[in-house]
Amino acid sequence: MTAELLEGSLAIARAALLADCRFFAGYPMTPFTELLEHMAEALPTEGGVCINAESELEAVGMAWGALATGARAATGSTGQGLALMQESLSEITRAELPLVVFHMARGQFDYTQATRGGGHGDYRHLVLAPSDVQEAVELTQLAFHLADHWRNPVQIYGDFFLAHTYESVELAPLDLPALPEKEWAVDGRLGGSGRSRNLNPLGMEKGAKGIEPERFWVRLQEKHDRMAETEMRHEAFACEDAELVIVAFGSLARFARSVVQELRAEGVRVGLFRPISLWPFPAPALSEAASGARRVAVLEQNGGQMIDDVRLAVLGRAPVEAIGGISSDDAGFGVGDLYAPAEIRRRVEAALAARGGVQ
Amino acid sequence: MSDDRPAPPTVPIDRPPEEAAKRLGHFRPRLLLHEDHDLCPGCGEPVAIRILLDAIEELGCAESAIGVIGIGCYTAFTSTLDVDLVQALHGRAPSVATGAKRMRPDCLLFTLQGDGDMVNEGLQEVLHTAARGEAVTCVLLNNGVFGETGGHMTATTTLGQRTKNSLEGRDAAYHGHPIRIGDLIAPLGGTAYAARGSVHDAASVVKTKAMLRRAFEAQLEGRGFSFVEILTMCPTGWFVPTAEGPDYLENVLRPVHFTGELKNAERCVTTEQLLEENAAAEREAAARGARQPAR
Repeated sequence: MTAELLEGSLAIARAALLADCRFFAGYPMTPFTELLEHMAEALPTEGGVCINAESELEAVGMAWGALATGARAATGSTGQGLALMQESLSEITRAELPLVVFHMARGQFDYTQATRGGGHGDYRHLVLAPSDVQEAVELTQLAFHLADHWRNPVQIYGDFFLAHTYESVELAPLDLPALPEKEWAVDGRLGGSGRSRNLNPLGMEKGAKGIEPERFWVRLQEKHDRMAETEMRHEAFACEDAELVIVAFGSLARFARSVVQELRAEGVRVGLFRPISLWPFPAPALSEAASGARRVAVLEQNGGQMIDDVRLAVLGRAPVEAIGGISSDDAGFGVGDLYAPAEIRRRVEAALAARGGVQ
Repeated sequence: MSDDRPAPPTVPIDRPPEEAAKRLGHFRPRLLLHEDHDLCPGCGEPVAIRILLDAIEELGCAESAIGVIGIGCYTAFTSTLDVDLVQALHGRAPSVATGAKRMRPDCLLFTLQGDGDMVNEGLQEVLHTAARGEAVTCVLLNNGVFGETGGHMTATTTLGQRTKNSLEGRDAAYHGHPIRIGDLIAPLGGTAYAARGSVHDAASVVKTKAMLRRAFEAQLEGRGFSFVEILTMCPTGWFVPTAEGPDYLENVLRPVHFTGELKNAERCVTTEQLLEENAAAEREAAARGARQPAR
């Protein structure tokens, strides 16, 4: 396997094809647009279908129909577009359809939307946040696998950097365990047999009179609980003896990592904890990583969203403070000064200096 | 009636019948799991569902049909219709059907939506699906109100029609005008077939079933998008006695959403043109002294 220099969007599109994605529908919106372009170019030549939907509402609806037939299908957008899809995303989750959602966010303003959702009812999505293109290639393949395994949507939370940066990547297929046949998928064959299928977000069963919402709810809730227990992913870097643990995710974590390396070289005891799964949030691992720290600094590009999860993980054992904030470039897509290592270092040093600094 | 048809059997009326009356056949469509439903007395939907299922069966598509059901009174049908079904959200059914059809081009894809679902919330989805020429058949059950919520105004409610949120009747100046969805769909390039039928009397039921068959045939022949609107009774939502449902449909909904074929292979017309053609036929019949043509 040789490395190729690919734009993040193209690498993700190629990874989706590697994962046997057969259907894609989307509506252009920066920085999701390039992923749609690459899928529109590549999928038809691979025997799949990519529809340039007339709106986000239609894109998610089309993916819903393709999923119902058992195909691997995906859609995506950026936060604004995903806000439009929320109703369908929650219904698709309740209908237990394995949707993969590429959330190419403009920054990290959509953490709460991605991890909590804006749809109705009790539902959860697995959310994976790669911090570089190589990891995105792997997590994209994993996303399709986990979606099928759990019969639940999985989101890839990317951003402007991930979508537009060219990096050297290896497009190797992941070795993943086999999955059961999709016996639930509709193909029309069982019509008139008394055993036809019903893909229903209301929990309504074929032949049943009425619905049993509680039984349905309990079953889904138990599934989400099992997902929460088993699908936590994280990276802890130089946290073992860290006085200050920085918590960051996605592209921003890469920049934070270089600052941690820089400071470590100078003998400063800082570490980086990076949640890879934003939901389920890897709380036990963070609690462990922060167990010896005097302080936890949350670096995220928003007004403080992930900090809630960090506080719940640390549970008061160390002070948790926000060192992120809003930062955007002239185009307004949220790259800005916060991504400059010098700026991150300044904020980390301010955190270190607070209350007498690290002893 | 032509003269070579056999005369109907005569029933003696001067004495009691020798055999007790009995059902000649069982009328439950094969594709219905059971006949229980929670719809109101006088509802037109069971008849519409029946002719839909019969048309699927007659075309030999019982084992290749996938339905996408919208929101409304008939969400419950997903548990009773014995075909593969996907329950979609308000307005989304044509998009869901699009995705399913693209992955299973050999299946007969149909959607079933109400007027609130398709014309209010999903207007753009059904129009785009038609314009794209997706090989799916969208079926609209139009009763002019939101039936499930209890009789509220929809985008197809006729002017003057009283609903729970247009108590004095729909007023164009205040509530806007009804949308004739078929007239928007028919002229689109991707539309192969569009028709508006009704289930308020036996003749209409027969005609509407033929429309459903033609719509499915258009899909099976790969000619593009097909659409059948079926006017259905909702006496509960209209606040009229159950028995008056068919007459109310005939007198209130049908003059606006006039029934007929809006597009088939040869021609595309508007509802206005259908109304004019019907009026001309009635004038011609009256001039000949013939009785009024059956509706």
